[in-house]
Amino acid sequence: MPEIFQYEFMRRAFFVAVIIAVIAPCIGTSIVLKRLSAIGDAASHSALAGIAFGLVMGINPILGAVLFSVFAVLGIEALRKAFGKYSEIATVVVMSAGIGLTAVLSGFITSGSSNLNSFLFGSIVAISDFEMYLTIGLGIAVIIVSALLYKELFFVTFDEEAARLSGVPVNGINTVIMLLTAVTVSVASRIVGALMISSLLVIPVAAAMMVAKSYKQTVWLSIGFAEIFTVAGLFISYYMDLRPGGTIVLLGVIFLICVMILTRKRRR
Amino acid sequence: MEQEILRIENLYFNYSDASVLRDVNFTLHKGDFLGIIGANGAGKSTLIKIILKILPYSQGKITLFGQDLSRFKDNYKIGYVSQKANSFNSDFPATVKEVVMANLYSRKGLFRRYTREDYEKLRIVLDKVGMSGFENKLIGKLSGGQQQRIFIARALISEPELLLMDEPTVGVDAKSVRQIMDIITDLNNQGMTIIMTNHDTPELVKVSGKLLIFCEHGNGEFVSRNNLTMEQINDIFAGRRTHHHA
Repeated sequence: MPEIFQYEFMRRAFFVAVIIAVIAPCIGTSIVLKRLSAIGDAASHSALAGIAFGLVMGINPILGAVLFSVFAVLGIEALRKAFGKYSEIATVVVMSAGIGLTAVLSGFITSGSSNLNSFLFGSIVAISDFEMYLTIGLGIAVIIVSALLYKELFFVTFDEEAARLSGVPVNGINTVIMLLTAVTVSVASRIVGALMISSLLVIPVAAAMMVAKSYKQTVWLSIGFAEIFTVAGLFISYYMDLRPGGTIVLLGVIFLICVMILTRKRRR
Repeated sequence: MEQEILRIENLYFNYSDASVLRDVNFTLHKGDFLGIIGANGAGKSTLIKIILKILPYSQGKITLFGQDLSRFKDNYKIGYVSQKANSFNSDFPATVKEVVMANLYSRKGLFRRYTREDYEKLRIVLDKVGMSGFENKLIGKLSGGQQQRIFIARALISEPELLLMDEPTVGVDAKSVRQIMDIITDLNNQGMTIIMTNHDTPELVKVSGKLLIFCEHGNGEFVSRNNLTMEQINDIFAGRRTHHHA
């Protein structure tokens, strides 16, 4: 067994990371293609406020994150309607509220700032049993929902008006997408970091869109790409003693740039 | 008498303070082809959106397949083709097959997977619009005319009985306009009831059996094409005569 897998915490980190690399692009495909990429950012910044809240109140920070980010995405959905065609304002407002709340709450954290830091940039040494089981549960839920609602997710993402006319419960599907985004972001913030998780929703999908020849391929390729740079990122971060979250995201960006260069001719 | 498909009685629609539709009345039976003509902003698209329940109407009564519009739930009976050329995101990674089959939802409902018969339906509708062999092509890579034919195929896959088309030939080259109009005429000859708006009035008048002509302010005049010359239609259009009901 390679040295890296001799440690329980690394085996755990790999296991959790592999699950996140499946669910993040699954959700990411819908939000990127619906041009709602920024929602991942708003959810993750609100998750951070929830983490700070959890640390202040002495409850599990991931639970705090789930609570706050769910509240945030529902808030965005409600606010979007008020801004009409300038609906992206809603995302920025919610993100600002999240950052502001995090800043204020962080002043009350007494257990040392290192704890909040580990959620900002991700940490693989501290994944508890509870967090691992939470990730497994979420992973199964996201995969089941994505598979069961595959044709509905595609239709709503491609053409909301036609989907509605066909009888698809568009508002319900949109709420499901939002809730899954919130929960995914919250759970993944432990390992990838709240500041970087949204890139795991977006970058694999962006790379897949460069090469995919169908929606189905976009979903599968984005999962494949996410697995590649998540696993490679964990290896590199371990052997080079780097922060895993940052390494994974940077690797993703480099990967995306390479794909863009390689497919430049085809896209013209 | 053929089966009644759509009956509109005393329909009014106001947008803010402006009256867009005023006292619109007509009835369509199976196999009718209704062309809606009128100036920009006269209420042509508004009427289509009201029938599709995208817009609520202010006053009046709409009966669709014998049911009050508010209670109508058989979405598969209605096909809709809009002017996609402008609003369609051509970078979306979706194949022709994925786009067309999505509209089977109105027949299948939640969670149901596609069956062999569904793929057979795909083959049939693509053949109808002359796009066989394009199943696995990315829709964004097709020409505007081909894309629009795919959207017609998408509307047809749920086997609708009423087809609503809102300027389906906008932004499409002349050859494709011809092909699209031929497809629509064929569908009508096979018994499909069609309601269509078009910026090209003479073209629409040529294929429509019935016309709804909006003059200045949404007072729709419903006439039978057979009784009128193009000149008489122009007269109605210009508001010079208001009798001659169908």
